[in-house]
Amino acid sequence: MGHRKTSGGPRSCGGPLAVLAYLIRRLFAAAVMLVVIILVVFCIFFLVPKWAGVDIASSFVGKQADPASVAAVREKLGLSDPIFVQVWHFFKGIFVGRTYSAGGDITHCAAPCFGYSFRTEQDVWPVLTDRFPVTLGLALGAAVLWLVFGVAAGVLSALKRGSLWDRGAMVIALGGVSLPIYFTGLLSLAIFSYGLGWIDGKYVPLTESFTGWLGGMILPWVTLAFLYAAMYARITRATMLEILGEDYIRTARAKGLKEQVVISKHAMRSTMTPILTMLGMDLGALIGGAILTETTFSLPGLGQAVLNAIKTQDLPIILGVTLITSLAVLIANLVVDVLYAVIDPRVRLA
Amino acid sequence: MTELSKSGAAVGEPTSTSPAPTSFLEVRDLKVHFPTDDGLVKSVDGLSFKLEKGKTLGIVGESGSGKSVTSLGIMGLHTAGQYGKRKAQISGEIWLDGTELLSADPDEVRKLRGREMSMIFQDPLSALHPYYTIGQQIVEAYRIHHDVDKKTAKRRAVEMLDRVGIPQPDKRVDNYPHEFSGGMRQRAMIAMSLVNNPELLIADEPTTALDVTVQAQILDLIRDLQKEFGSAVIIITHDLGVVAELADDILVMYGGRCVERGPAEKVFYEPRHPYTWGLLGSMPRLDREQQERLIPVKGSPPSLINIPSGCAFNPRCPYADIPKDNVTRTVRPELTEVGSQHWAACHLTPEQRERIWTEEIAPKL
Repeated sequence: MGHRKTSGGPRSCGGPLAVLAYLIRRLFAAAVMLVVIILVVFCIFFLVPKWAGVDIASSFVGKQADPASVAAVREKLGLSDPIFVQVWHFFKGIFVGRTYSAGGDITHCAAPCFGYSFRTEQDVWPVLTDRFPVTLGLALGAAVLWLVFGVAAGVLSALKRGSLWDRGAMVIALGGVSLPIYFTGLLSLAIFSYGLGWIDGKYVPLTESFTGWLGGMILPWVTLAFLYAAMYARITRATMLEILGEDYIRTARAKGLKEQVVISKHAMRSTMTPILTMLGMDLGALIGGAILTETTFSLPGLGQAVLNAIKTQDLPIILGVTLITSLAVLIANLVVDVLYAVIDPRVRLA
Repeated sequence: MTELSKSGAAVGEPTSTSPAPTSFLEVRDLKVHFPTDDGLVKSVDGLSFKLEKGKTLGIVGESGSGKSVTSLGIMGLHTAGQYGKRKAQISGEIWLDGTELLSADPDEVRKLRGREMSMIFQDPLSALHPYYTIGQQIVEAYRIHHDVDKKTAKRRAVEMLDRVGIPQPDKRVDNYPHEFSGGMRQRAMIAMSLVNNPELLIADEPTTALDVTVQAQILDLIRDLQKEFGSAVIIITHDLGVVAELADDILVMYGGRCVERGPAEKVFYEPRHPYTWGLLGSMPRLDREQQERLIPVKGSPPSLINIPSGCAFNPRCPYADIPKDNVTRTVRPELTEVGSQHWAACHLTPEQRERIWTEEIAPKL
């Protein structure tokens, strides 16, 4: 039996070049997505109220305002311009800044411009940047906790399927999934902060004091992580059990690999894929504001800001947070897609 | 139900300490039972055979006859990594080159896996890890048993890929399994199993997942490599054509037991068990006169929880009523010698079988 020579060389989809090409494709797709998101957000915030007969200008100045000032506001916000002009200004505001003007009343809004709060007349962008680190810290800290504990618990449960540990962990996980944040959050506050007095539940910015920040964040982290760890433990367990039944795991054992290596190398690598997918979506959504957690623990994050804005119909703030959330989901998914390509060579073809 | 509990007890008994055999591989009274909610599944129920180096044993039987369970049992893969499931109950003796595997320390058996004995699986796509390159997987297999650096191991991987007929092995070594065709993938799998020069190679349906055109190439390759390495080969298949090409000896399994075993030409040309006749009758052949239709073995494989009493094949056997006193349904036939090195387990007398074979079966094949 001779060696068959194939005419073309082997297809190359293994190297770093393939990952780079894949990355460029994903980046391009993300940019297109961003434009679509901005358009959709514009429609929701400026067109839908118009069709529904709600006057944005009068919601800015208040119901009792005289028609003249409503008209002035309408002109300044450009609400009477043709829609395409409005869309253009909206885009321009986000990327290069825009100028609101009505007669002699000129306000320049630097990029990225999401407008001004209807209630406090503050520029929206600084409000977002002030609050963003709080939410980011909450989301990332909780993610580390839930990844470590959730995945570890899931793997152990899978390896000890049917044992007391497995059943116990899965009951706790069921509790974690079912109990709402405002219950577990308030309970933890009641016990550790008011009851035992171990933790002073106040939020301290990281820039002021590291230990103070840790003290303020620990309960929110644990509360949020409990919910997610429960979900991750269940997903990890199910995936791990499925992977352990795969033929290539049997092959790994047939090679004479130690069982620890079979699990930690061959099985874990495959188990990571669905976990990563979930992580991308969850982190993205959380960075847009963990409304329940931030409200329960009075954390001055995006979630709290958007909740207040909804209560007071402060449209620009809601709009800003919506865009930030979309962007966060977009970036998180982009990162996940890239990691995906690193883990699974077959994805690089997509 | 007494039957069930009796053999259940037998499984728990410690293995006897009979002397080490002289054969390279000897399996004695192997039983592999799986407890399930529905009862004890007796996948392999008392199987014995011997195999010498340089020889090929073909294990033949339909799905669920215990072929694969036997091979995984030899490899020790029923006990490795069974998480939380009820453990397989294995008894008997498996002697590999003077070592009894079932009573040996699991870690010792693990060290033998991949080095002394290795396995080729049915579907090379699912048997190779999709996230690692072919090279990484072969390098890993080599480095478990050889204390060498990655570079040396990779050279060895390229050499093996070249040996199994993969073109441009130095480039293909960095490809992932999904970038290989089915036949190439099975070649890579074979390269991986042979990277440590194992003395026992178990091929579990190595061609079933492949194109017919590629099947012959893979079988040729296995035969060539066996000649080169001088290893003992067990080839497991439901395809008699495959064993006809490769095997020195054939073992026919039915319901977890051996029903006929002997040299390949004997089993092919003078089979002495009705089930073997059935297998031969259901095999398409181009070397004989075209006759009307293939003759399937009627009925379906037996339940391994409630194996028919007496001869397990009796519900499907056209000759079950010939022996007197309903003996086929009450007494389990033992393997008896029907020729030199040729054994069969059947209640029909050798004369009856010879007559049925020469008068009724052989002319129709």
